[in-house]
Amino acid sequence: MVDVSLRNISRRFGAVDAVRDLSLTVNDGEFLVLLGPSGAGKTTTLRLITGLESPDAGSVMIDGRDVTHDPPGARDIAFVFQQYSLYPHFSVYDNLAFPLRSPARRVPEPLIRRRVEQTAELLHIASKLNNRATRLSGGEMQRVAIGRALVRDPSIYLMDEPLSSLDAKLRAELRLELKRIQLELGATILYVTHDQVEAMTMASRIGVIKDGRLLQLGTPREIYENPSSSYVASRLGTPQINFLPARLLSDVAMPPETETVGIRTEHLQIATRNGGRMIGRVHRVEHLGEQNHVHLDYKGETLVTLADPHQPLRAGQEVELQLVRPLYFDGAGQRIGPMVH
Amino acid sequence: MTAAVARSTAHSIVDASPRIKAFAGALVILYALITILPLLWIVATAFKSQSDAIAYPPKVIFEPTLEGYVNLFTVRTRQTPDFIAKLPPPETWYDKLVRKHDMVIAGPSKVVPRFVNSLIIGFGSTFLAVFLGTLAAYAFSRFRIPLADDLLFFILSTRMMPPVAVAIPIYLMYRQLNLTDTRLGMILLYTAVNVSLAVWLLKGFIDEIPREYEEAALVDGYTRLQALRKVVLPQAVTGIAATAIFCLIFSWNEYAFAVLLTSGEAQTMPPFIPFIIGEGGQDWPAVAAATTLFVVPIVMFTVLLRKHLLRGITFGAMRK
Repeated sequence: MVDVSLRNISRRFGAVDAVRDLSLTVNDGEFLVLLGPSGAGKTTTLRLITGLESPDAGSVMIDGRDVTHDPPGARDIAFVFQQYSLYPHFSVYDNLAFPLRSPARRVPEPLIRRRVEQTAELLHIASKLNNRATRLSGGEMQRVAIGRALVRDPSIYLMDEPLSSLDAKLRAELRLELKRIQLELGATILYVTHDQVEAMTMASRIGVIKDGRLLQLGTPREIYENPSSSYVASRLGTPQINFLPARLLSDVAMPPETETVGIRTEHLQIATRNGGRMIGRVHRVEHLGEQNHVHLDYKGETLVTLADPHQPLRAGQEVELQLVRPLYFDGAGQRIGPMVH
Repeated sequence: MTAAVARSTAHSIVDASPRIKAFAGALVILYALITILPLLWIVATAFKSQSDAIAYPPKVIFEPTLEGYVNLFTVRTRQTPDFIAKLPPPETWYDKLVRKHDMVIAGPSKVVPRFVNSLIIGFGSTFLAVFLGTLAAYAFSRFRIPLADDLLFFILSTRMMPPVAVAIPIYLMYRQLNLTDTRLGMILLYTAVNVSLAVWLLKGFIDEIPREYEEAALVDGYTRLQALRKVVLPQAVTGIAATAIFCLIFSWNEYAFAVLLTSGEAQTMPPFIPFIIGEGGQDWPAVAAATTLFVVPIVMFTVLLRKHLLRGITFGAMRK
């Protein structure tokens, strides 16, 4: 069992707190995704684990050992960078072999060949081994970059938005493949992204991070269904969760300190008018094919929700709205009420 | 798509018309002719006789002779025609050539040791300047160095006056240290002058290499120095080549310090070449021969590194 943990780690850059008192444990064999906007401290967190940055406070533990002051090479970590990780002056083969050829590692050349070929097979780039690294398509380059990490068998793989520079189709493809490879190898991965789809589809657990703080840690389902704050709730879900001021919902029973009500598409039912008291007006209907985005006007606020494309709704129509177990937040944006599991 | 992007950044978006291309081509050829003409004239003069070399109007067609080269490589003494007549017949073609002018060869001239001095001092100081410059530039580029900007400015400021402005202090210092007229002294001096240029040029090149490359190597278990050697240097080779050429051109051609600080043992070609003129009349062919030989190494060095130099100049426009 190899666990990687951060204990109360902090790092400042000048006046900016990149990471604040962050504690996190990545369990063996887990695919943990750190989700947050750019500048949230995700990359700094990874760099602190690798040793490319040193923390101002706190410690990094790998397999129970304090490695806070070890150089990067001694930590047994593989890192996939966002970009620029392939050496343009090497062939694909040499790029993949590079981590194994490190003088500190002394892997015999036949073993290197075997590992490189296995990895190339796994990533479907076996036919490209003799190409120059610069002669690859974007998707192939990113595969090689991931391969450079996979040739080794480190305690943990750290990945810094490895798919962000790819187009949507490739990203979807590599997302599935990465998850397949992780399951196949039983690898421990700490993955950083700002893309909620990547987080939802690949993660065993998601950590939502903002302004250098870890806001919530849990399975994708927990994070989605049981967000601890309005910010976490807004990170996941398409269309984004709607927030209504509590005073506009005087007829709905809610905890007394509620300031804001969070309404996801599944919390909102639309029906034709039938004597109910919550009336909204359809403002616009976007047809996306398999579903419709319905923009509703409710007491001057806009709600966006999904609807069955066959439900007859048209702009200007008045509909009856019903809330089904929405999320309640207090004035500070903290979740109120039972955390239902 | 990437090819299209590269094209639009490397060249103008609109392709030039054939007429403009032809005009541009003609301009380039004209410019090349103008720059190469003096060089060709020197190469030709080296094969002229002394009288052809100063003939007016200048002779373009002439009878080639190797006198210039023979004179360059030998020390000769003038003798009476009687003495020459009494000598045994000349053993070699160059003995024969010299005797036509009532002279005999007294021994080799100093051109070979001077040329060797130039090679050792020129390439030695270039190597040192590029070596030190690379390390310093890497450090400035990658590490948080206190007062880095001030230090860089200070390094650059050593170029703000002509190096000869400090000739007298250096002369006095070198006399104290017994470095006058030594190869080591000249290598150190030229290195000191070149290192500032090297640091600035190379810092620009190294700044353009993403640091993720080395960081990946560091995480993979390489040391900083190994990462520098295996990852950074191969990618900086263009910049290193361009820098090396600039450094070599300076130290190869440097005249003022060479005149001041060298007279014998460590004398380089630049102060030696004018010295040829004074030896037995105005021997322009010998001067031209020396100049021709003097230019050869730098031309060879530049041609060898040409590929890198071109890429070095267009650095930044390249797809990375």
